[in-house]
Amino acid sequence: MKKSYQSLEDNSTNTMIQVIYRKLTSNFLNLGLVFLLTISTSLTAQEGDPAKGKTLYNTNCASCHQLDKKMTGPALRNVEARLAEEQGLDREWLNKWIRNSAGLIKSGDAYANQIYNEYNGTAMTAFPQLSDQDISDILAYTAQPKAEPAPAAGSETGATGAQTEGGISNKLILGALAILFALLAMALVLVRKTLNRFAEAKGIDIAMEDKSIPLWKAFVKNQFLVLVSVIFLLLASAYFVYGYLSQIGVDQGYEPVQPIHYSHRIHAGDNGIDCKYCHSSARVSKHSGIPSLNICMNCHKSIYQVAEETQAEGINEYGVDYNAEIKKLYAAVGWDDAEQKYTGETQPVKWVRIHNLPDFAYFNHSQHVTVAGVECQTCHGPVEEMEVMYQYSPLTMGWCIDCHRQTEVNVKDNAYYTKIHEQLSKKYGVDKLTAAQMGGLECGKCHY
Amino acid sequence: MMFASILSCKKDTRPNYQFMPNMYEPVGYEAYAESDAFPGGVEAQLPAEGSIPRGDFMPFEIENNNDGYLLAKQTLKSSLDSTQIDSERGKELYDIYCGICHGNKGAGQGKLVKREKILGVPSYDDAGRAITEGSIYHTIYYGKNAMGSYANQLNEEERWQVVDYVLKLKADLEK
Repeated sequence: MKKSYQSLEDNSTNTMIQVIYRKLTSNFLNLGLVFLLTISTSLTAQEGDPAKGKTLYNTNCASCHQLDKKMTGPALRNVEARLAEEQGLDREWLNKWIRNSAGLIKSGDAYANQIYNEYNGTAMTAFPQLSDQDISDILAYTAQPKAEPAPAAGSETGATGAQTEGGISNKLILGALAILFALLAMALVLVRKTLNRFAEAKGIDIAMEDKSIPLWKAFVKNQFLVLVSVIFLLLASAYFVYGYLSQIGVDQGYEPVQPIHYSHRIHAGDNGIDCKYCHSSARVSKHSGIPSLNICMNCHKSIYQVAEETQAEGINEYGVDYNAEIKKLYAAVGWDDAEQKYTGETQPVKWVRIHNLPDFAYFNHSQHVTVAGVECQTCHGPVEEMEVMYQYSPLTMGWCIDCHRQTEVNVKDNAYYTKIHEQLSKKYGVDKLTAAQMGGLECGKCHY
Repeated sequence: MMFASILSCKKDTRPNYQFMPNMYEPVGYEAYAESDAFPGGVEAQLPAEGSIPRGDFMPFEIENNNDGYLLAKQTLKSSLDSTQIDSERGKELYDIYCGICHGNKGAGQGKLVKREKILGVPSYDDAGRAITEGSIYHTIYYGKNAMGSYANQLNEEERWQVVDYVLKLKADLEK
């Protein structure tokens, strides 16, 4: 439950893959050269270090500003040049604004008040700790030209090319095999034909089989054999009928198509988000709860598209356009991404329920999650690896009881239960109590 | 073989057959069910405006805007006294709900930040923000800038436990 994020935090894959792309095309190398040149020119022009600026930007500004997209605050690409051209404001003004925007607004500065009102009075955090050099680094970073989307497109076509190549080679192999078999069959027919012709030519009469009684008649005559096979057939069919009947109403492996494709693999696996982040009511209530869409928006307000490699992986491996799924979320929750505000037009998402206990069985999540401290994965399986969620456990009564018989109750640091545990341990003559011995098998605990 | 072929007939995208489903299906309203009693058939509804939950409930009257934030920052104090603070639970809740972005140490280096999914998460010892218990509570309750509200994932008492744990992390960072 308390997963150590430290161990998971180490793997960042983005940079490594980009290096591979670089090796892909020589065109991209040229592009990179151009890019480097522009960086160096902007370096000399503004005396700021865009690389340092990027780090500063990501830690201080990026929560509210993106370079090319309006977020909580305005887009910042070329902000210094734009302000100088459109408003006639210089670096001095920007320094004041960044270090203490509230003060600037109070001083009655016209443009400061205009921008404050334009963003509905959202106050920009003051950054008194940024030095002149820090600010020029950040501005140097924002003055960089927009990176060409070409390398991404190249890599995507490269990836899809490899994919189709794989498909073609598979089909080729299959086709070649089919042709080979056809040739073999033809050869056999031809050989038989020629042999027959030889036989005819040499006047040899091919011996026909004796006209004895057919096999099935012989079988019917042998009554013992009939009896044995009938018994065998009856037993076998009873076995299969029993197997069929006992899986009725068991939905193990049920994997419905959901209205919005949500990948637990990406969220809980790759990004290591705790189950209870979204399914928060599992801690405190009977239901684990389907998260409402505003919980999605906690992150997806700023994550409006997935990383390029994730998108490519989704299309190639799972046939899913993740960015389109995020658009579906925005449509359902009524979020206008361009304007960065809610439109108020929402459509409920009809999620398909997967785990469904019959009405006559009572199950309480909080009792298992909070009180017993059972990991979610014990019942729900490796959810963090599931691209599409499915029912991992059979959820039958036998399955519940097996677990109750095996699970030892954790009584450590629980003074409330100490006495009753001692009594029960004495009664059963065991050191550690299982859930079953605590009454976990009583009918009335789950059926009432 | 035959058994496997019977099983393979079952399609995974639709639920299995049920035997006499009368006792399987609930008569009463179930959570998230569809019902004609509500507009659009959605049973998951917000409570009626102005309704108050049973038990010990204090309305939170500070508004969701910048003035409210500043007011909370200066005046709002924790409703927990020192005996009610359970930093173990505070840490558990913090690690679930906050650590993913703010980092388990509060330095703004959570897993989503390290993977560059969400950027610009400040450290708790940020001088420009100078967070206080009131401002932390206000931010958890309403959200701020890119951060959303956590009022429906944490109840009032849990929010104050998290606030206390955040202050502890802030003190550790400032050492």
